[in-house]
Amino acid sequence: MSVIVGLEIHCQLDTATKLFCGCSTDYRDDGPNTHVCPVCLGLPGSLPVLNRRAVEYALRVAKALHCTVPEESVFARKNYFYPDLNKGFQITQYDRPLAVSGYLDIEGDDGEKRVRITRVHMEEDPGRLVHKGGTDRPRYSLVDYNRAGIPLIEIVTEPDLRSPKEARRFLNKLRATLEYLGVFDSEKEGSLRVDANISLEGSERVEIKNITSYKGVEKALTFEITRQKNALRRGQKVVRETRHFVEARGVTTSARSKEMEQDYRYFPEPDLAPLRVADWVERIVLPELPDARRQRFMEQYGCSLIHARTLTGDLRLADFYEKVAGEDPILAATWVADTLLGELNYRDMSISAVPPEVFSGLLSLVRNRVITDRNGIDVLRVLLDQLKEKGTCETPAECVGRLGLRAIPAGETGDDPVTRAAREALEENPSAAQDYRNGRKEALNFLVGQVMKKTRGCAKPADVNRVLVRLLEEG
Amino acid sequence: MSGKTLSFHPDDRYNAFLRTIPEVSYGGGRLSGIPVAVKDNISTRGIETTCGSRILSGYVPPYDATVVTLLRKEGAAIVGKTNMDEFGMGSTTENSAFGPTRNPRDPSRVPGGSSGGSAAAVAAGLVPLALGTDTGGSIRCPAAFCGIVGLKPTYGRVSRYGLVAYANSLEQIGPMAANVSDVNLLMSVIAGYDPRDSTSLDAPYSHVPNMDIRGTRIGVPEEFFGEGVDPRVASVVWDALTLLERKGAEIITCRMPSMSHALAAYYVTCMSEASSNLARYDGVRYGPPSDVRKPWHEAFQERRREGFGLEVRRRIMIGTFALSSGYYGKYYAKAQAARRNVREDFRRLFSEVDVIAGPTMPTVAFRFGEKSDPLSMYLSDILTVPANLAGVPAISVPCGKVEGLPVGLQVMGRWMEDERVVDVAYAYEQGVQP
Repeated sequence: MSVIVGLEIHCQLDTATKLFCGCSTDYRDDGPNTHVCPVCLGLPGSLPVLNRRAVEYALRVAKALHCTVPEESVFARKNYFYPDLNKGFQITQYDRPLAVSGYLDIEGDDGEKRVRITRVHMEEDPGRLVHKGGTDRPRYSLVDYNRAGIPLIEIVTEPDLRSPKEARRFLNKLRATLEYLGVFDSEKEGSLRVDANISLEGSERVEIKNITSYKGVEKALTFEITRQKNALRRGQKVVRETRHFVEARGVTTSARSKEMEQDYRYFPEPDLAPLRVADWVERIVLPELPDARRQRFMEQYGCSLIHARTLTGDLRLADFYEKVAGEDPILAATWVADTLLGELNYRDMSISAVPPEVFSGLLSLVRNRVITDRNGIDVLRVLLDQLKEKGTCETPAECVGRLGLRAIPAGETGDDPVTRAAREALEENPSAAQDYRNGRKEALNFLVGQVMKKTRGCAKPADVNRVLVRLLEEG
Repeated sequence: MSGKTLSFHPDDRYNAFLRTIPEVSYGGGRLSGIPVAVKDNISTRGIETTCGSRILSGYVPPYDATVVTLLRKEGAAIVGKTNMDEFGMGSTTENSAFGPTRNPRDPSRVPGGSSGGSAAAVAAGLVPLALGTDTGGSIRCPAAFCGIVGLKPTYGRVSRYGLVAYANSLEQIGPMAANVSDVNLLMSVIAGYDPRDSTSLDAPYSHVPNMDIRGTRIGVPEEFFGEGVDPRVASVVWDALTLLERKGAEIITCRMPSMSHALAAYYVTCMSEASSNLARYDGVRYGPPSDVRKPWHEAFQERRREGFGLEVRRRIMIGTFALSSGYYGKYYAKAQAARRNVREDFRRLFSEVDVIAGPTMPTVAFRFGEKSDPLSMYLSDILTVPANLAGVPAISVPCGKVEGLPVGLQVMGRWMEDERVVDVAYAYEQGVQP
């Protein structure tokens, strides 16, 4: 049964001021209702004035998504009542959006895939409700208008996605693209919200609202597919409805049918002139976007396709990589893409928490064989723990010194730490040694592990191998 | 504001003011120390602004409308806020939640509306200058009924920032005064580009009225003297036109077929916009608060049911209906098409004439309660709404009396030719004076 998914993505544009007034958008660390003025509070008599920068940002997105920008687009009022809505309507774009008919290429389930973009339009964010006294049955709610008027773009795709994983990949690519364009900061809380339309082939369409994370999209869709398949298996019909995603429980719940019947009574916003910005588009010079950068990473640094894709899939990561690529870009690629990312995820840390010079320092210790790969990872873990805890860390060299993790030079003389450790290991594990001599070569791996343990990872595996084989063959 | 103060203790027997400021400080400038009344739908920092509605009682704006800032900069003494039909919805000032204003020319009659308080304050001699607002005639109607001068400027010429919206695409703030020169002066203070209003035009107004109208072609549409226009009013207005002809103007009768749909287009448009504009009065941010113990939608309903008057609720309901899906095309979209026809008519006429003139109102001021059904009330706006639909300037200047009650001559001009309508009104005003 094939799955059909389309997405509506709301992203906050990372402008300095709001969409229709001069209030700062940098409200996240401040108290409620501190970034407000008559306009974004919707005080009687206030009027919107369009933020030029927000339009430029939205056009950058339109261009990067290969959209057509019509001669004229029109702001419209979407009328509904809600306590977080400052004016009793939201200024958005309706039947004449800023941009239409674009696409974004992604890595799909079956290779490269083109996802069509229906439209891109601009709108204002409403305020925010803070529920007090329990989430399920709050006793009362407070309203914070700091968020009211933050510029949003809504990006709507055609129903071109075929699995939750593809949806996730699309979002990741879109996020990377927006960040490359310098118009979006994915690290800001609440900067992205997704509604997903999903149907199983031949069934009604269900809209899932209120998904606020990248992972959430995949989770919500996966849940919804299972739910719908189960319903069909039991002979029930999938009803056309709106459902909410409850992130904490990973489930979708049916929204009251009332919300579906909402009539928004759209009409053109009389306080804003139609927007005629088609001619701005050609003046926009797009920066290098993820696909181009991926190509360059392969050509310039010799990265593998997989590494290049991972490294360029996030702007900060790509920038970080270019800072640490140094003399051995392939080594750096392996360390960033395969090791560092995993360690960051494990700690729920962002790449921006890692000073590139610290990581470069670590890489050069590994590259110059001052420490072994294995101990390199240990040092990295120690440094990341320090960064997570206090935001700073010691230098990699200091860390290596403090923990005594310098690599031990290889021994040929018979009286070096590696050879001593190897002798000990053979004495302590005579049966393994015997196994080896009897032809079970895999016994060597066990013995290598024992030596590594004794040298606390400071011996180089190749040396240990050589010494052990020599001793075994001598004995 | 620098140190001078004006004491203002008017004998407000006609209920022109909703509130006055007894001691007003003022500075220097072209209007230094001149008392100016401001209609209560124009935001005044620190002074309660209610729009004649209970739903805004107690609301004190934290900011000045741009026109108020401009007044203060020229030293005007803002002495009070004037009564009005609730949110501007009415033509008599009877729809104020705080009681009607009476017409100083005949206290048994309405002053017109919705800027009835401003017109009465000027007509009663309480202030020489007042600001009104005009959505479909709300400056010109009370100016005509009270026997004063009122100008609705070209849409965009005066900033709307701080004007509490009723129908954004139609309304303008404008000057009201006892004579054309004072209207001209006040207009020169309030007009000009305002970056806070996206519909604002960069067209400052700096004009010396000129009474020489020789060669001016005045178009007189038949529709302005049609059914519903009191023949006595028509006769007085024709006398005025004849006077202008004697002063060298050319009178050209013409037709304005779009008039047949103008009133419907006007009411659908203003009610639709109003239904959206007035959605914000939910008791969350200002005005009397909603009952926080109730679910929000119940609290909103209760607040709005109690806070809005009958006419406002009627217009919100109709406007909501006109915008709803399935009816939008039939009403709102059609109204916009009719509006384009009106504009087209004006464009066509203004290629043949320089101004268009006729009566401001079809009748003289009504008695209280005379227009008790809404439809006959709406019909009285028929002559004023075309200028709002087209966004062109229009002035009302007193041009005689019928049974002792003032009649207004309306002069409409090309887009951006506010100066010309002022000149024609000035020529008339100067012409009738001995």
